[in-house]
Amino acid sequence: MKNRDMIELAARNLRQALLRNFLTTIGIAVGVASLVAMLSLGAGLQGLASQKLSQSGLFNAIFVAPRVPPPRFGAPPNADVSPAAPPRSLDDDARLAIERLPGVAEVYPEIRFATEIHFADGIYATVVAGIPNSARSDGAFDGMTGTFFSSPDADEAILQISLARQLSTQPRSLLGQQIVLRYAERQPLPADPAPGNSAGGSPGFSLEPREQKLRIVGIVETEPAGGFGGIGRGRLLIPLGVAEKLGAAQAADLRDLLRDPSAPHRYANLTVRVERTSRVRSVEDSIKQMGFATYSLLDATRDLRLVFAVFDLLLGIFGSLALVVASLGIVNTLVMAILERRREIGVFKALGAADRDIRRLFFAEAGTMGLLGGVFGVLLGWLIGRGINFGTNIYLARRALPAVTISLVPIWMVISAIAFSVGVSLLAGMYPAARAAQLDPIEALRYE
Amino acid sequence: MPADDRIAIRAEKLTREYPMGDGQVRAVEDVSFEIPAGEFAALLGSSGSGKSTLLNLMAGLDRPTSGAIYALGRNLAEMSSQELAAYRSRTVGMVFQAFNLLPRMTLEENIELPLRLAEMDRAERARRVSEAAERVRLSARLTHRPTELSGGEQQRAAVARALVNRPAILLADEPTGNLDSATGDEIMRLLSEINSALGTTIVLVTHERERALQHARRMLYLRDGRLVSNGARP
Repeated sequence: MKNRDMIELAARNLRQALLRNFLTTIGIAVGVASLVAMLSLGAGLQGLASQKLSQSGLFNAIFVAPRVPPPRFGAPPNADVSPAAPPRSLDDDARLAIERLPGVAEVYPEIRFATEIHFADGIYATVVAGIPNSARSDGAFDGMTGTFFSSPDADEAILQISLARQLSTQPRSLLGQQIVLRYAERQPLPADPAPGNSAGGSPGFSLEPREQKLRIVGIVETEPAGGFGGIGRGRLLIPLGVAEKLGAAQAADLRDLLRDPSAPHRYANLTVRVERTSRVRSVEDSIKQMGFATYSLLDATRDLRLVFAVFDLLLGIFGSLALVVASLGIVNTLVMAILERRREIGVFKALGAADRDIRRLFFAEAGTMGLLGGVFGVLLGWLIGRGINFGTNIYLARRALPAVTISLVPIWMVISAIAFSVGVSLLAGMYPAARAAQLDPIEALRYE
Repeated sequence: MPADDRIAIRAEKLTREYPMGDGQVRAVEDVSFEIPAGEFAALLGSSGSGKSTLLNLMAGLDRPTSGAIYALGRNLAEMSSQELAAYRSRTVGMVFQAFNLLPRMTLEENIELPLRLAEMDRAERARRVSEAAERVRLSARLTHRPTELSGGEQQRAAVARALVNRPAILLADEPTGNLDSATGDEIMRLLSEINSALGTTIVLVTHERERALQHARRMLYLRDGRLVSNGARP
């Protein structure tokens, strides 16, 4: 029998026992909906985590530290220190060389120093951190009170909420006010007139007390993680350009002085931001070849993907259980159909239907129920997901938190769920189809 | 056995046994006969004599326990189930005592069903259905469902369904058994007309000897599964 005739006959048969077939199809739809709702949660949560991590800039950032024994201050314990090239100082030349690598968007140092601020006759100890301009879009400043820095060189400050509360019982009132930052500036020593010293400056440096006025433009609730390796760990945040211009002495300066007083200024570490995540690996390799230790979050993301894959698998298994139960409904419906249509099957065979035709007819009926159940199930699952999103966002809105999408139904899930539904239905139809095909036509024709 | 177009059906030492309880029952035993092509043959016998079993063997719905049965020279006993399905689709048509029309289909769809199974294209199907309905004088009732027709009309529709594939052999199992006398005569006249007009070989199973004598030219008598008489009327 031709496929078109087969489908027409299958549709006619399904219409005959409309209520029973409708209920069976609804059963499949509920099974598929449960599967889609579960998987959409997995996909949504994975998407949310990926989005937040991407926004944070962690995925396209490389942490660079000098590969100098003994232990590297500030470098993560698992930083890659493959001895591809001899160790090299992480100085201005190195920074420039890294900046010129293809695919590199920006290179910035960690600038963080302990100091004090003066505000309204009070003196407050705090830690200042330089924040690169690219941190503006990394998600950490979403929902902040006030604004981000107006420019990379603006004399402006953003306060952590804890510091703001120290300064005022009404933190919001601090916006627009001025604070004075007192810090120690690192100054090169004057040239040593001693014979034999032609290097220019003397080894070591002096510290000069300095003041800088800053206008408070924002207050942030969460600790920004603009890059990693410590950039965000300050309570008073200032533009990185301003922080570099200040030349404030940092903890690593003392270490460098002890290690080699004659060496020029070196960075404790640098953060390299790459244009695209796909280029992280090649840029990282190039930096290693230059003689530095590197660390990126690519390995950590691989672990994250594994966790989500297992999570999705578990959700899929739980979601599939309802579909498996629904498939038993198909078996039951089709076995009932065989009993009811026993004589009809006999007539079909007497008129020339082969066993294969009968089998295909029952498969077509099972497949049609699976297809309809799959389509309605996906729709229902999507609606459930929308409901979850809606309810979650009402809850988040009441807690003054930004809206999120925790249930996501991508097109691959729609196609896969419908295909899975048809597949499970065909599998469920195998037994009734085989039983119908094997009916003895003489017995079937005698059946009343 | 070489194919002989002059012989529609040939049985050679045909036996069909069924298991019953601990033993076997022989519904057809050592039966041999020939039915020439274009013949109108009647298979007579009392209830349980093996008529229907023999007809089912001729239809390829059943297989013999031993012996051979040839239809247009091809041994049905040696055919695969797929080949038997094709044989039922293209070579034979069947008419049943209980009509066996599908109640949820219209008359047109019922008559068209064998053509669907034979994978015939739609335009040709429509032409064949119209032709078959005209032959049984049911052209005006094609959109009706079987339950809307009289018994005689239903059987005429069943004849049209059996004819629509233009089979060489028409097998009718007690086609008048569920009809009153006048309607039964009408069906018998229709079968005679088909036999003479189209040259279709007809094998009629009946226990109504008088009616068979009126229309059939060859009479085969079965008793307890054995063929006791086989002869053509003058």
